[in-house]
Amino acid sequence: MALVSEHKISTIDNNYNIDSIREDFPALSLEFNGHPLSFLDSGASSQKPSKVLDRMDYVYRNEYANVHRGAYTLSQQSTDNYEYARKTVASFMNAKTADEIIFTRNVTSAINLVAHSYGRNFLKAGDEIIISQMEHHANIVPWQLLRDAIGIELKIAPIDDAGNFLLDEFEKLLGPKTKLVAVTHVSNVLGTIVPIKTIVELAKNFGAKVLIDGCQGIVHEGVDVQYLDADFYAFTGHKLYGPSGIGVLWGKLDLLNSMPPYEGGGDMIESVTFEKSIFRDAPARFEAGTPPIIEAVGLASAIDYVTNVGMDNIAIHENNILKYATSCLSEIEGLRIIGNAEKKIGIISFELDGIHPHDISTIIDSKGVAVRAGHHCAQPLMERYGVPATARASFGMYTSEGDINQLADALNYAKGIFG
Amino acid sequence: MEDDLRELYQEVILDHGKNPRNFARPLNTNYEANGNNPLCGDKLTIFVKLGADNIIEDVGFDGRGCAISIASASMMTDIVKGRSIEQVDILFGIFHRMCTGEDISEVPSEFEDDIDKLMVMSGVKQFPMRVKCATLGWHAMQAAVRGDEIASTE
Repeated sequence: MALVSEHKISTIDNNYNIDSIREDFPALSLEFNGHPLSFLDSGASSQKPSKVLDRMDYVYRNEYANVHRGAYTLSQQSTDNYEYARKTVASFMNAKTADEIIFTRNVTSAINLVAHSYGRNFLKAGDEIIISQMEHHANIVPWQLLRDAIGIELKIAPIDDAGNFLLDEFEKLLGPKTKLVAVTHVSNVLGTIVPIKTIVELAKNFGAKVLIDGCQGIVHEGVDVQYLDADFYAFTGHKLYGPSGIGVLWGKLDLLNSMPPYEGGGDMIESVTFEKSIFRDAPARFEAGTPPIIEAVGLASAIDYVTNVGMDNIAIHENNILKYATSCLSEIEGLRIIGNAEKKIGIISFELDGIHPHDISTIIDSKGVAVRAGHHCAQPLMERYGVPATARASFGMYTSEGDINQLADALNYAKGIFG
Repeated sequence: MEDDLRELYQEVILDHGKNPRNFARPLNTNYEANGNNPLCGDKLTIFVKLGADNIIEDVGFDGRGCAISIASASMMTDIVKGRSIEQVDILFGIFHRMCTGEDISEVPSEFEDDIDKLMVMSGVKQFPMRVKCATLGWHAMQAAVRGDEIASTE
C-alpha cells in the first residue's frame, strides 16, 4: 500500500512554525497503540497549550480565592484576574466595553440565557425566529423550548447541496413578524462559513435582533462585534484552546441591561429584602453565584496565546491544511466529502462506501487517528443529506500535514479490513 | 490492538454486517419497536411475530447502523426464532455480560449452542464505546415484545 506521505507535495507555508506550535501542546506528543496521536477532533474540543495549563495551575496555587467578595489581598488578586479575563475577551472580540461580556458555562448556556431572558420577555405568540438548517442542537432546542412555552414560530433557512447558506431563500423568510435570527457563524459539520454580516444587514431591515453562534467561527475566523453589528454573539472556551466549563455571551449593553436576570443568586443583586431584590447591571446581572474563575483565567490565557501567534496566521495555516486534506481524501476511492461550500474552514465530514462512520472511527483509532463519528449534535442536518452519521475530521492551529497523511493511510487500512 | 481489532471485525461479523439475515419485515408480525442509539443516530426496527405461549414465531429487522450493530441484530434474529420471551431475556443477559467482559462460565446447557454462535461478538469487550452497538438490536427486541415503541441505548 503506497503511503500518502510518499507522493504528496507540500502546500504549506513554511513561515508558520508548525513544529514549534505543536510542541506547545503536550497532548500532541501522546502515542496510542504504538502510533503518534493524529488528533483530528478539534471541532468537538481542542487540545490546550502548556501556557494555559501552567497559568491555571499557577493561579490555583498562588492567587486563588472567591471573586467580588473579600477585602483581603488574595480575593482582590482573584477578582483582578477574573476581570482581566473579561477585558481580554472584550478586546479579542472588539466589544465596546468589557461590561458586554458575560461569562457562562458554555455556548449552550449562553444561548439558553438569551432564549429565556430575551425570548420570554420580549417575544410573544406569533412572533418568528429564523434559524438555519445547519444549526447544531444548542441553537435549535432552546428555541423549540421557547416555542412550546410561548408560541413563537420557528422558520428554517435552507442550504444548497454543497452546504452554502442560501441568502435569497433566507430573505424570503424575513418579514414583519421576524423578531430574531439565530444562526451559526460556521457549520460544525460542513465547515461552511455563513455570510453573517449580510444576514445581520438583512435582518436589521425588519428590525429583527440577531444572535450568532460563534463557537466554531471565532476559533477560525475571529470576530469584530462592532463591525458585525449583531445583537448577541456566543461562543465556548474549550474549542478556543481554553478550558471547558466557560463560555461567553456578548450582547449590546443597552439590550443586556433591558433584559431581566436568567438565574437568581449571589453577586447579581444590588440589594435583597424578602419583599424585593434590585438587580445589578450587566454583566453581574447574568452571573449569579460563584463564576468559573479559573476557567476565565484559562480562557484569557488561551486568547493571549492565539493572539500572539496571530489569528490571521492561524487562518492561513488551517486553510492550507484544509486544501491539503481535501486533496488527499479526494484521492481515496469511495470517499465522499459532505460539505463543499465556497467558503469553508478546516472541517471535513465524509462517508466511505460500505463502512459506517462508527466502524471507521474504531478502526482508524487503532492507527492513532482521532476523528468524531456520529451526528455531531446536528441531526436535522444529517437528515438533509440523507445520512444517519458521518465521520468528521476537524483541524486546529496545530494540525500538520503528518496528521492528514496518517488519516489517509488509516482510511486505506480500514478499506482493507472491509475488503 | 490490531489483534483486538481483527477479532472485532472478523469475517463472520463483516459477513453479517454486509449481508444481514432476516433483514425484512416478516408477514403477520404483531409487535415492533425502534432501537435508537442517540450517540450516533443509528436506528433499527425489530418486527416480531409472537405466537401462543409467548413464543417468537418469526422475527426480522431493518434500519441503518454500523457493522457491529447490524451483525449483532442479524445473529440475534437467527437465534431467537422459536424461543420464548423468557428465554430471550436470559440469552440477552448472558450476551450482555459477554459484551462487557463479565463472567459467563455458567451458561445453562439449553443455551450453550446459541452462546457459542454469539461468541464471535465477544471481541467487543475490548471496545467499551461499541458495546451499545452490539446490544442495540437486543434492546429493541426486548422493547418490542414488552409492547414498548422505542428502545434507547441511553
